[in-house]
Amino acid sequence: MGKSAIEMVNVNKWFGDFHVLKDINLQVGSGERVVICGPSGSGKSTVVRCINRLEVHQKGTIRVDGIELTQDADAISAIRSEVGMVFQQFNLFPHLTVLENLTLGPIKARGLSKAQAREKAEHYLERVRIPEQADKYPGQLSGGQQQRVAIARSLCMEPKVLLFDEPTSALDPEMISEVLDVMIELADEGMTMVVVTHEMGFARKVADQMIFMDAGEIVEAAPPAEFFENPSSARCRKFLSQILHH
Amino acid sequence: MFGKTALLSILLFLTGCSSSTTWGWYVINPMTNTGWINIKFLVQGMGSTILISLIAAGISILLGLAVALPGLSSRRGWRIFNRVYVEFVRSIPLLPMLFWVFYGLPLVFKSMGLNIPIDPFWGAIITLALSDSAFTAEIYRAGIQSIAKGQTEAAQTVGLNYIQTMRYVILPQAIRRILPPLANQFIYVVKMSAFASVIGMQELTRRANELVVTEYRPLEIYSLLIVEYLVLVLIISAGVRWLERRMGSDEQS
Repeated sequence: MGKSAIEMVNVNKWFGDFHVLKDINLQVGSGERVVICGPSGSGKSTVVRCINRLEVHQKGTIRVDGIELTQDADAISAIRSEVGMVFQQFNLFPHLTVLENLTLGPIKARGLSKAQAREKAEHYLERVRIPEQADKYPGQLSGGQQQRVAIARSLCMEPKVLLFDEPTSALDPEMISEVLDVMIELADEGMTMVVVTHEMGFARKVADQMIFMDAGEIVEAAPPAEFFENPSSARCRKFLSQILHH
Repeated sequence: MFGKTALLSILLFLTGCSSSTTWGWYVINPMTNTGWINIKFLVQGMGSTILISLIAAGISILLGLAVALPGLSSRRGWRIFNRVYVEFVRSIPLLPMLFWVFYGLPLVFKSMGLNIPIDPFWGAIITLALSDSAFTAEIYRAGIQSIAKGQTEAAQTVGLNYIQTMRYVILPQAIRRILPPLANQFIYVVKMSAFASVIGMQELTRRANELVVTEYRPLEIYSLLIVEYLVLVLIISAGVRWLERRMGSDEQS
């Protein structure tokens, strides 16, 4: 494992009076895969959203690839250009074709030519195994296909880190595996990933580090073997028994 | 048989040949020389009405967006600017604003050492555009807010800045929701342009007023005036429906 890709030190965040993140400390090494789980409202999505500044933290420091996240717009855009994000609701642009969804960022933000962006887009569509859908609109695709397009859209920006915020939670059960397969491939290729998910099979397969959050705190952080076989906190044991044996 | 009689009686009625002496449709009877000249005089105001409305609506569409965007900012100062502008401008009735712009604004310019005369044409356009911009701003705000927050977030994560996000992601989606109320607002501008008559702009209403003064046939002339506005608005409505259909067809979700 290389140097730190993401470093969060004593990060705190409030929504009004509600203390959503309490002294979050998290180190993600380059090439490392971290899976975050926990009950809803535990703050796990907020952690991920703070990393690319979709949410603003009020206390503590967050560094991505050595750059500290501050009010500074240059720092924010520098970090965003290294961090890709996959959302629960896909958030594809419905008025653009799949190909246009993929090339918009590279052309407008990176200054690539149309031909270069198109080549890149086709390459990544191939990788998520839907090259034939390039000219369709998102609304014409299944949920699983849409999420794979969203992953390809992130990859087109060639990020160093990829964040996933419950990428399979909005999918019908039969489409979950096609998305997870793509994510496993990315993990195998050495992508640095932070994944919020309840897919524990996936977590066992790819995670280097498991994190369990509850009520805004990191309650448990351990390698998967230890995490699943012998969790130290009662809250984590209870949560795991609920999601694994229902 | 019945149809022919009805048509004949309507014609007689309209041309003032019936026994009733209170009608004077002859003033706008295209079959007579005077009537035809009168009609031409009235209809020639159409150009000014359309031109004033189009330019005013065009300015208002740009100005409205420029007022709406600060209203969506996360900075409080920008939002306050938006609120003050909208509440202030929206509360001024059109006629007093027209008088203020036409008679008052040149004096304001003069006090600043500028010699900018305001003719009826530009006086009407400035007033209509200003007055309308408060309403278009609110239309934009509602339309942009109706686009899910996830769209902005996704645009940010693929590196787009604020202007690019608006230009390529938010506005293209919002425009379909904005267009119908915006068109409604344009119809309102066309109708409000009638006020330009009071500062001497030679548009539809002004011409009708002038003809009434010489012919003294208010009922007939104002009836024709109403029909002129009706035709204008129907044409605009048809144009908007066509535009909506065209825009609707290239979005698939």
